[in-house]
This record gives sequence, C-alpha cells and structure tokens, in this order.
Amino acid sequence: MTQPGLWVYIDQFQGAAMSASWEALGAACELSTHLQTEVAALVFGNNAEAIAREALACGASAAICCDDATLADFRVEAYASLLASLVAARQPRAVIAPATARARELIATAAVEAGTTVMADAIGLEVQGGVVNVTRPVYAGKLLCTASGVGSQPLFITLRPRAFPKPAVQVEQHPDAIEHVQAVVAEEALRVKVTGYDTVAGQVSLTDASIIVSGGRGVGGPEGFVPVRELATVLGGAMGASRAAVDAGWVPYSHQVGQTGKTVAPDLYVACGISGAIQHQAGMRTAKVIVAINKDREAPIFSLAKYGVVGDLFEVLPALSTEMRKRLGR
Amino acid sequence: MHIVACVKQTPDSAALITVADGRVNWGDAAMVVNPWDEYAIEEAIRLKEKHGGRATALTMGPERARDALKSCIAMGCDGGVLVADAALAGSDARATARVLAAAIQKLGDVDVVIFGKQAIDGDSGIVPLAVARLLGWSPLSYVLQIAALDAGARTIEVARLLEEGRQLCSAQLPVVISVVKDINEPRYPTFAGIRRAGSAQIPIWSLSDLGLDEQQVGAAAATVAWQAVRAPAARAGAVEILAGENLANTVALLADRLQAEKVT
Repeated sequence: MTQPGLWVYIDQFQGAAMSASWEALGAACELSTHLQTEVAALVFGNNAEAIAREALACGASAAICCDDATLADFRVEAYASLLASLVAARQPRAVIAPATARARELIATAAVEAGTTVMADAIGLEVQGGVVNVTRPVYAGKLLCTASGVGSQPLFITLRPRAFPKPAVQVEQHPDAIEHVQAVVAEEALRVKVTGYDTVAGQVSLTDASIIVSGGRGVGGPEGFVPVRELATVLGGAMGASRAAVDAGWVPYSHQVGQTGKTVAPDLYVACGISGAIQHQAGMRTAKVIVAINKDREAPIFSLAKYGVVGDLFEVLPALSTEMRKRLGR
Repeated sequence: MHIVACVKQTPDSAALITVADGRVNWGDAAMVVNPWDEYAIEEAIRLKEKHGGRATALTMGPERARDALKSCIAMGCDGGVLVADAALAGSDARATARVLAAAIQKLGDVDVVIFGKQAIDGDSGIVPLAVARLLGWSPLSYVLQIAALDAGARTIEVARLLEEGRQLCSAQLPVVISVVKDINEPRYPTFAGIRRAGSAQIPIWSLSDLGLDEQQVGAAAATVAWQAVRAPAARAGAVEILAGENLANTVALLADRLQAEKVT
C-alpha cells in the first residue's frame, strides 16, 4: 500500500477523543476522494490504541499510533517533536487537526519545524485542480479568506470545531492497519512537567456544544445566571456569556463568547439579556438558529436572531425551562 | 529578570470591517494594541514589579506601530523595541516568529516572553508557539495563572486553560508564555506613564540589525497564499417576534419553533 497522503491528528484527553477530532477525520476522508490518496489517523498518548481503532472505524485507512509514558499528558514539545519527525521522514501532503487548544499548539509548533506555517481554523476545504483551498474566518469572522499552500512543504491545517460534519461510524475497514511508532523525546529532555488538572466534570465544552444558552449584561449579576444555567441544563447544552457579564465578574472567562472569547457554532444559540455588540456577534453569528430574549426590542441582537421574545428574561427563562422540561421529558 | 511582552497593533475590535475588490477596509477605526496583548503587558509589568528587573515591549510592524509601544510604556513597561523594515510586508506567521525570535535573541538576557493568546485580526495564535520552537524555549500557552516564579531556581509554575479546565504545569526558564483573559485586569496608563511614553526613545531595528536576510521574511518567504477575501453571507430573513396572549403562550410558541427546527 502506498503511504496515505493525508494525516489527521486525533486530539484526545485522558483516553477519550475530542468530538472535533472525528469531524477532522471526516473532512479529510472527503478531501481524500478528490486527491487520490488515503487518510491516516495519528494517535499519540499512553494506551491510545483504542482511539486508533475508533479512528479506523470512522474512515481512516491506517493509524499511526505512539504509545509512550512521556505522552500520557499532552506536552507540546514531546508531541510536536514526534509529529515533526514523522512528517520529515514521510512527507505527507497535509496534516489536518481539529482547532482544539492542544491540537492548535501542536500544529503551530510542528509546522515551524517543517519550514511552513498553519492555515488555522478552517471552516471550508475544497480541491481545485489538485490544489487544496482553505477557507478561514479572519477579524473574528467579520471576513472570510481563502488560502492555499505555496511550495512543496506539507500543508498544516486546523479545522474549527462544528464546521464539518461528524462521520458515521462504520465497520473497521482495516483492523490490522495500526502502525506503532516510537516516541522521540526522552522524559529527561522534557522541561515542562504536568503536575495536575483542575477540571469540572460533566461540563459541556462551549466549542463542542450543539446548544448554548448565554447571558449578558441584562442578567444583572451572578445570581442572574441561575435561570440561564437552568435552561442550558434542561436543553443539555452549555452556558455562555457576553463580555460584559464576564468583565463584571459574574461568570468566569471560560464562558465568554465573542471576539475576545470563544467562537462558537451551535445548532441553537439562545441570547438572554445580550444586546448583541459587534464583538459578541463575531463569536456566534454562525449558529444555525439564534433566539434572542431581551427587554429592548431595539437591541441589535434581534437583527441577527431568527426568533425573538421581547420580555423579562427572569420571567421568560423559567417558563421556557418548565415548558421544555415537560416536552423533552426531563 | 528581563520580561518581554510581544504585542501587535490591530484595528479596534469595534471596527466595522468591509471588503471591496478583495481589499480589506476598516474605515476610520483606531489602531490599538491587540486587546489580548493588554493581558500580556499587564502580566509582564506585574512580574517585573514582583521579581525586579525590567519589562520591554516588542513589536514588528510599520512605523505607526510605535504608538502601540508607547501605550505599553504608558502602562508601565520600561522600554520598547520596534522591528520595522520595508521587506517585512506580507510576512506570514512563520516569518513574523523568525523576526521576533531574532529580536529576543538580540535583547540577549530575556527570561520570560509573554504574548496575548492571539491577535484579533489574524486570529490564528501561531506566533507564540513558533517563537518558542525557534528559540528552543519551553512553550506555555493559554496561561490563566502564573502560580509561582522562582528567579533563583529559574522555575515557573502555571495553570493553562484547556477545554476540560485547568492543566497545571511547571517548567524551567526561559519560557514563552501566551496568556488568556482570566489572568489579570490590565491597568490604565498613569499620567506619569503617559509622560514617560511621550519622551521615550524607541529604537527601530531593521532586518540587518537582526542578522536576517530579506529572502527569509515578507511576501518572498510566505508559505501560504491568500487568494481572496470576502464578507460572509448575511443571515437570511428577519426576526420573528413571538408574542402570545400571555407568558405561557409566548413560551409555547417558542418551544414549538425550537422543536420544529429540530435543534433541541
């Protein structure tokens, strides 16, 4: 078999692949049909073989797997040195990864080593005359631009979570197509040590969420987020916030949606007490359905929304939570 | 300790950006210090205040980017360095990283380099990692807290913000850090700071000052070609305002729409 020309890095945390990794794999498989090549999944970690098998079931023709204690925690130096050495030895056409925090670091670092740069945060990929064209947002999505690689170096591309569909899980096509490779940096040479984690279990990640309920200045204070969080929980979604609410200290920064927060693309975005400043719009304008709940009918958020309720969020949200709980049987 | 804050001058985040004939126009928007970088500047000043030494602001850009450095000095940085050269036009992230890494090496005694998480124009966040790799220093991205720094033992402990929460790391200096917004509350310039910035001498370094070749930077060395810029499609349709006879009806109307859209 010839070497697969498209590589997909499968980002994972403590043995579970990020869902955006599968989106990247699906996008690469789609691309491969236009480039007459195959797709290999890259799985790095400790006891990562199960993820490699999952990748084979999601469409990869092969998996390149590195299982090593030095890779148990993501450390960009260790991961990037490994990826860079594989790229240098095998020269794939492109390395594609989800634009998750870890994979962004990895791709940026490995690309430098390969003498090129990254086309980051792609929301579209297409092949024209054998050339891969990448569409990505700039100025926080206020503009889109199309880019392609120059020269013969491998392309390094990260894909924005939820911009590409998740592939269906199939039967493993090549169950024995897992190749094991060795780590390239010894523990003694790694200067960054991971000493622990402080994570919130069961929290839906904003960038992965299919439903986001966000609160803004209109919620009035930290306790105003109680009904916002409740609706998010009822709908099985994540809670977001505008910059105003974060800057006021009502919720932590990790919830901020917008130009200096996260860019999200859920199926449903419910904006509660958010006026819809241009910086906030930049972070959520690609949501499929936007609902605005606001007292002020003149708020700019209504020009972006598909559905609007002009009213007091402290009345509307609890009533909506009750109604949805009833309808969804939760 | 010598701490360097790397900054970029960008159009203000409130800018109404338009595109005509493939050229980007941000109207009369003010040029500002990239908002993410304000947290890097603040953290650099705090480290200097706590551990002694100096904080230097560094940027690459056209001559007007000197104003961004003056803002850094007004906040409390001790000085600034501008790398400007006609050959830099069209530089990609890799070329930018090369220039910044060379400038950091020229500064000579740097212990900590701090970047904002990304720039609000390009939005890619590549440069801090590329600079770390080029210098061979430890990269620590998305830092939301510097928990400890021991200048004597040359160690640093940080918390990084990942999708799942915080990752706690320790590393040896020198390091290249990128910071997220949670890390601090950037200060306003003081009157004394603004006066100092007004009279500050900001050196301009050219490529030859950095020992770099014109072929290594600018459009000549770009590894990505930007073909077309366009505005995203406007969202279709006007808002449907839902208003029933009472709250229960209104909420039921909204719930109907959400279920019909199959988004719940």
